[in-house]
Amino acid sequence: MKDAGMKLAGMKDAGMKLVVVSAGLSVPSSTRLLADRLAAATVERLPADTEPQVVELRDLAVEIANNFVTGFPGPALSRAIDAVTGADGLIVVTPVFTASYSGLFKSFFDVIDKDALAGKPVLIAATGGTARHSLVLEHALRPLFAYLRAVVVPTAVYAASEDWGADGLAARIERAGGELAALMGAVGRPVEPLAQVAQVGSAESLAQMGSAGSAESVPAARRPAGETDGKPLEVIPFEQQLAALRVG
Amino acid sequence: MQFGIFSVGDVTPDPTTGRTPTEHERIKAMVAIALKAEEVGLDVFATGEHHNPPFVPSSPTTMLGYIAARTERLILSTSTTLITTNDPVKIAEDFAMLQHLAEGRMDLMMGRGNTGPVYPWFGQDIRQGIPLAIENYALLHRLWREDVVTWEGRFRTPLQSFTSTPRPLDGVPPFVWHGSIRSPEIAEQAAYYGDGFFHNNIFWPKEHTQKMVELYRTRYAHYGHGTPEQAIVGLGGQVFMRKNSQDAVREFRPYFDNAPVYGHGPSLEDFSEQTPLTVGSPQQVIERTLSFRDYVGDYQRQLFLMDHAGLPLKTVLEQLDMLGEEVVPVLREEFAKGRPADVPDAPTHAARVAAAQAQAAEENQEVTQA
Repeated sequence: MKDAGMKLAGMKDAGMKLVVVSAGLSVPSSTRLLADRLAAATVERLPADTEPQVVELRDLAVEIANNFVTGFPGPALSRAIDAVTGADGLIVVTPVFTASYSGLFKSFFDVIDKDALAGKPVLIAATGGTARHSLVLEHALRPLFAYLRAVVVPTAVYAASEDWGADGLAARIERAGGELAALMGAVGRPVEPLAQVAQVGSAESLAQMGSAGSAESVPAARRPAGETDGKPLEVIPFEQQLAALRVG
Repeated sequence: MQFGIFSVGDVTPDPTTGRTPTEHERIKAMVAIALKAEEVGLDVFATGEHHNPPFVPSSPTTMLGYIAARTERLILSTSTTLITTNDPVKIAEDFAMLQHLAEGRMDLMMGRGNTGPVYPWFGQDIRQGIPLAIENYALLHRLWREDVVTWEGRFRTPLQSFTSTPRPLDGVPPFVWHGSIRSPEIAEQAAYYGDGFFHNNIFWPKEHTQKMVELYRTRYAHYGHGTPEQAIVGLGGQVFMRKNSQDAVREFRPYFDNAPVYGHGPSLEDFSEQTPLTVGSPQQVIERTLSFRDYVGDYQRQLFLMDHAGLPLKTVLEQLDMLGEEVVPVLREEFAKGRPADVPDAPTHAARVAAAQAQAAEENQEVTQA
């Protein structure tokens, strides 16, 4: 199943990492359709070698549920989390279910560490049967990503069934894609954590593991999300931890 | 290398019969399991600490003291002792008392606990979990090493000229492990003090265990306690055995499927692939356990979880017979092969006393020469 975003993006190594999360359930799904349109509108403004990677939550539904039960992500979910937390920008699209984002969409972000998306540019979008639910973007998705301290682009895109045959959707897609691309250029990388973090491991082992010394946040509070990518763990030196408690 | 078992102390209905043991039955079963561990030649029995149903072991030193009186060789330990919500002064006293009564056959493992309400029940704040673990242990460490302690901290009332009694047996504090599944800060803490690090890997993919142990080993060396290979590492394990592996899978599946911790989630097969859980023949358990060394290096202590999820006592005792007779003797032999001479044995009181005496003699000599 070749998607439009992949075709448009070119096949070279990614210059910037754009990751698209789609929570559509049917195949084909209008949620995925919107996701691909948004990806295309973003990619055309990014360096030519940028290739979007699509994460279909439908394929991860069982592993997401299992993560809640076991506390750790299975192999495919683990790769998806790594992709999302390592992206330079995200496009997230959900169908509207019962007046909000779908449970699967929320569950995926529930199993990602709460600090892992801090500072990351995110374009939010949703699909629904009627336009009456469009404020879900402002009342449900935007607060969710605000909590995660992501940088959400001003234009959120809602596509009701009728929009697929009407004027206006294309212009909103273009505007939102432009905003995300601009933000990826401006922000680009996650913000550094507040605490000073020690790089752990000898220089050799760091080199072997491919860490370039970028500041990662201290790993997941609840689960080892995003740490299966071969980077060693990092830690605040013990003297600093002790000193932080000193009285007076 | 030491081999043993660790118990959560859960009271769980047997899913095959629907019967739930009473708290009294479960407590006596834990004791029977500990005695069996000694009988079949295991080295260690460790109990969890919990302060809410359906768990019984709220008072670990009481239970371990009782078991100490009824055993000769077994090392008694915890998995874990809550360094966050217990008063470090009371930990110092209780475990020093246990150390005397058990003639040094004890150590303990620090943990933060994962039950939110326990913090407020004991007057603490879960958001301070790591700072509590750091401050409380720093105090405990001093209480066992300094006869008179004057101390002030953030979480506990200050101490002026306090002496924790009894003083540690032979002047050597109990050995401490720090257990953590996810927090690099705790691996760092263990490394800083040169204490042991235990990774309860039973619910986690091996890549994660590998990273935590590697962090601990690297920092252990960083703090000058020895080479990374000389750091003191313990691991968990979870097994169910029958002579015929299909029988093991058939018998264990209902317990797995309904287990409080991971039941109603992934299949037994997927979980076995993603975590160290091994359900099969004793030979399969041997092979799987030996493979732990491939990703954490030579290590000192292997504890198995054998008595949870409602398994009846009779079954657990049968499992311990197999573990002690068929599995551990082979593991001892195989783990000894290719183990570098400078990788230390698991800590014991006798060895720690000998080391302390040797160090004192050396210091004396230096003083005399000077």
